[in-house]
Amino acid sequence: MPTTERPAAPAQPAVQLTLRLNGREATFAVEPDVTLLDLLRERAGLTGSKKGCDRGQCGACTVLVNGRRTLSCLALALAHAGDAITTIEGLAAGSELHPVQAAFVEHDAFQCGFCTPGQILSAVGAIAEGHARTGDEIREAMSGNLCRCGAYPNIVAAIAAVQRAR
Amino acid sequence: MSTVIEAVAVSRAVGQPLDRIDGHAKVTGAARYAADAPIAAPLHAAIVQSTIPCGRIAAIDESAARNLAGVVEVLTYRNAPRVPVLSFDFTTPVTEELAPLQSDAIAYDGQHVAVVIAETFEAARAGATLLRIGYERREAEVSLDTARTIEHPEQWFGDDAQPRRGDPERAYNAAAVRVDATYTTPEETHNPLEPSVTVAEWRDGELTVYDATQWVRGTRAVLAKSFELDEEKVRVISPFLGGGFGCKGFFWPHPLIAAMAAKVTNRPVKLVLTREQMFTSCGYRSETRQRVRIGASREGRLQAILHDVLAESSRVGMFVESAGAVTTMLYDVSNIAVTHRIARLDVPTPTAMRAPGKAPGTYALGSALDELAYACGLDPLDVLRRNDAAVDRSSGLPFSSKQLLACYERGAEAFGWSARPKAPRAWREGGELVGWGVATATYPALRSPAQARVTLSTDGLVDVASATHDLGTGMYTILAQIAADELGVDPRAIRVRIGDSSFPVAPVAGGSMSSASVGPAVQDAARRAYHEAVAIATSSGESALHGLPERDVEARDGALRSKADPSRAVTYADLVRLGGSGAIEALGSAAPGDEDERLSFYSFGAQFVEVRFDEELARLRVSRALGVFDCGRILNPKTARSQMIGGIVWGIGMAMLEETVRDPRYGAVVTNNLADYHVPVNADVPDIDVLFVEEPDLAFNSLGARGVGEIGITGVAAAIANAVYHATGVRVRDLPIVPEKLLGAGPAAG
Amino acid sequence: MRAFEYVVAASSAAARTLAREVDGARFYAGGTTLVDLMKADVERPRRVIDISRLPLAAIEQRGDVVRIGALARNSDVAYDARIVLHFPAVSEALLSGASGQIRNAATIGGNLLQRTRCSYFRETRWRCNKREPGSGCDALDGFNRGHAVLGTSDSCIASYPGDLAVALCALSARVVVEGNDGERTIALDDLYVLPGEHPERETTLGPGELITAVELRAERLHERSHYLKIRDRASFEFALVSVACAVELDGKNIAQARLALGGVGTVPWRAREAEAALTGAPPGEAAFRRAAETALTGARTRAHNAYKVELAQRAIVRALRSVCGTGA
Repeated sequence: MPTTERPAAPAQPAVQLTLRLNGREATFAVEPDVTLLDLLRERAGLTGSKKGCDRGQCGACTVLVNGRRTLSCLALALAHAGDAITTIEGLAAGSELHPVQAAFVEHDAFQCGFCTPGQILSAVGAIAEGHARTGDEIREAMSGNLCRCGAYPNIVAAIAAVQRAR
Repeated sequence: MSTVIEAVAVSRAVGQPLDRIDGHAKVTGAARYAADAPIAAPLHAAIVQSTIPCGRIAAIDESAARNLAGVVEVLTYRNAPRVPVLSFDFTTPVTEELAPLQSDAIAYDGQHVAVVIAETFEAARAGATLLRIGYERREAEVSLDTARTIEHPEQWFGDDAQPRRGDPERAYNAAAVRVDATYTTPEETHNPLEPSVTVAEWRDGELTVYDATQWVRGTRAVLAKSFELDEEKVRVISPFLGGGFGCKGFFWPHPLIAAMAAKVTNRPVKLVLTREQMFTSCGYRSETRQRVRIGASREGRLQAILHDVLAESSRVGMFVESAGAVTTMLYDVSNIAVTHRIARLDVPTPTAMRAPGKAPGTYALGSALDELAYACGLDPLDVLRRNDAAVDRSSGLPFSSKQLLACYERGAEAFGWSARPKAPRAWREGGELVGWGVATATYPALRSPAQARVTLSTDGLVDVASATHDLGTGMYTILAQIAADELGVDPRAIRVRIGDSSFPVAPVAGGSMSSASVGPAVQDAARRAYHEAVAIATSSGESALHGLPERDVEARDGALRSKADPSRAVTYADLVRLGGSGAIEALGSAAPGDEDERLSFYSFGAQFVEVRFDEELARLRVSRALGVFDCGRILNPKTARSQMIGGIVWGIGMAMLEETVRDPRYGAVVTNNLADYHVPVNADVPDIDVLFVEEPDLAFNSLGARGVGEIGITGVAAAIANAVYHATGVRVRDLPIVPEKLLGAGPAAG
Repeated sequence: MRAFEYVVAASSAAARTLAREVDGARFYAGGTTLVDLMKADVERPRRVIDISRLPLAAIEQRGDVVRIGALARNSDVAYDARIVLHFPAVSEALLSGASGQIRNAATIGGNLLQRTRCSYFRETRWRCNKREPGSGCDALDGFNRGHAVLGTSDSCIASYPGDLAVALCALSARVVVEGNDGERTIALDDLYVLPGEHPERETTLGPGELITAVELRAERLHERSHYLKIRDRASFEFALVSVACAVELDGKNIAQARLALGGVGTVPWRAREAEAALTGAPPGEAAFRRAAETALTGARTRAHNAYKVELAQRAIVRALRSVCGTGA
């Protein structure tokens, strides 16, 4: 479609949005142009989800939506009314790390740590999907999460260790 | 006092593969990066960049942006606070002689020309879209092909940029075997996953910034000078960095813009560059054209190397991609001529990117040596071994420590090199061609003065502080390990605080020098704290160790103990109380001496790569990689191994994927995003093996450790290109090795 | 991102009404293309109509027709047992696209309407006839390594980026469209429009029309199908070249063949003449190569994409060999 100037819509006021955020109901006043990622980071105080590209090209913003891994930067927040969102802050059970988190530490599956929340949630999602069993499957399943530090072999090792222990 | 090491060396944390002490924070989302700064309700800033490569701003229409709900302010050169234009030196590490928002002049496409400041991120983003800027464009030069302004820098970072020895032309012309080839590498962009970020806040005339920087002290210096403040009035905080790789090392203009925005609005301001802006706002690796001429005997003994490098820089900043630098020292050759020519273009300024100079330089030289091996009918590894330099031929100095031959040997054995068929294109498996390649890795060992503070407090906490950084390098963990050994405590019980300009001075976290610089400073501080604790322990009447000579005391399990009777012990917490001053605090420092007048300090390595090539589909993949490295003592094999793996992954990207494409008509980057600029994904990377040949380099520093950050990428692209030749018989001299460059390697379809 | 109005549609009919009311309305399903392009300021909808919760996500089989609801998620379709069994090329194409996260969000209908990855389209600073009709095309003489060689015009050489549509094209899928006059079903081929002089027009969908389903016919031909994708990275990248094919063997010869190409066309490219060349021929290198050459007849290359002709031909041969089981 052409993008020739047409008058923009008048800014729509914020509306109430209720989500199940890391197991708790949370309500926000949200304008239409707020993405799920920006809602989490700037309004919910959950800065664990990272903005690496803001365009669906790096995976750092991965969260679980109703248990499925998805990119929060490409989702409008308002489209997720009532959804259960799990971020990295909500993954551990109390002080007990989730097995994928623990395996990432043990296998040194990160360096700078910036992509790590997205990697971990993507791994949790991929394991649940059931298609991350062999090394090659893990590599493919995790290819939507860039790691510029190049921790990929250790990420594969961490996920494989979790799978073995299951 | 080396005896102190022995006295306290009960549990050796250094050298152990300890898990990262910051690991828990990183896997739970608790680690706060600059954009996660704990600043309530900041304004958000969005930068607008020029869309011409050369000229001036002719018109600015801010009305639509200013009328947008939520927009607070728009800054351009017309209304931004005035700041001086600074020149680069090591106290003010600015990359460009171009202060932002100060004039209408445009020096490159992607220059910051405006910033929109708004109550929300969304309003700032929308406001930036609505800003209308008109330009007057002048003719620009943006391509090495058409460059007219070529400079021949004499020096670069203290090294001769045009080194010569012997009579290289004559030796080359007289050589029995000659290789003359030109290799090109494209522009590459760092692309740390964390974009550059500054959160700035002014309070009572003092400036605090949370900045994604590899050098809090350097950033502080530039900000202080720009706003004419004492350095103590500026605090720069960067506790976690989402990767840097060089693009957050020196000072780029955006922190100044954030600070200006905060000053003008009198509110804290958060400025996060977009991924697209990361391609023009914080440097890149220059394109290189490298002609390498090698003259050698039929036995592959080098007689002359001539290495001519053409790279680019901008009109507003100088950076030399010194691809020929290590050519002078890496092999035993008497006749050398290296030239570096720099084309001044209307483009952003390039900067250091992982193994600056050495990454493209070792590609060209490592490829040319492989070509020489085939020209001589020799095994490429034999050519490398045969020309091993026993001393640094560029300076005539012996190496402080060099285990390169051992790296070749260990690598050849572990990789199975002896099974390699000699001829190219001779090895097929499962319908694919297979090839092996090898190349040498190297990086100079650098060191700078650094300080650190160790504090023991009444609650038993051991605190280590220094203005250094952890870019993912493992610095937090290594410093804890070093302090732990000196104090006889568990490294996991140590709190390490870094990335704050108010901490003791440390150099830029770059050039692989942080461990070697800051590590000894922490060691020194910990030793001083230990001595102070021992003095209290042996002198205080309330101490269980009262009256013992110092030599009969040791540190173990978090306390000072009698060697003869370990149950006679005083904890550090009690010693602090007995000392009466609330804390035992020691400032340590370390600096290089004159050792570089006697010795040459380099790290070395050997990169072995296997590629598999589906010739019908021109589909290439790296199926195995092994790096064997000589970096002195390895402080933490787990994190060091990770760094090396990361370097090799970077080498895979460099060899096969990465290219920043600039449209020559406009001077603008076309591949300015992570879909079009291809960094390797998980599926591109095989299992990677890393081995260390460890020989502590105690002539270098008290830990015997050289850096491990940069060397991992060096030699990888050459090893891959050499493996591609071995597999296919096609020599690719132009990176990256994408499918179309290998289409000719297989049978035609038609 | 420009200001817009966000509304949730209660039904497909309501969604269409909401769309017709405003010039420049967009449906929101998975958001993966729309939100991306809104951030780029390329898409500037005045109204975004959220259809993501409409009951259009089912995959149903009635007789030999498998109907995939337009809001079925790519990942659900890819792993659906009926799709894997009857239409392997569709499953393979879906799994070769994007990443696990994006496949969990992206929907079948949205995927069909995915927009080109041409760099000159995706940033407003460049000239682009698709984005700004009549403004010119910076890709023609720009960096066009990823661009199309088939179906191009002097106005546009942007390639169609998707994988799914290429497989659906080869398997003669039909698209169910709900419009003002009820439901109509069109061949997937007929959904897409060549750029010609009007690259801004990409599909035959009318204002307020909504894709509600895709239909595939389960038959022997489609069971022997395959999708082959070639790209720089091993994953998470758009195709340089891709091939979808299906073959039914009849004793010694090829009884029927289907062939479509991705990455090389301005639209999902059905190679009917190559299919004809294969029909009746014994499966083997000679026939495959003849088909490959036929498929690329008429290719027009630019400065950086000439390699696509050779690469596509080789991919066709490989894909046909693979699906015919004729070995190397």
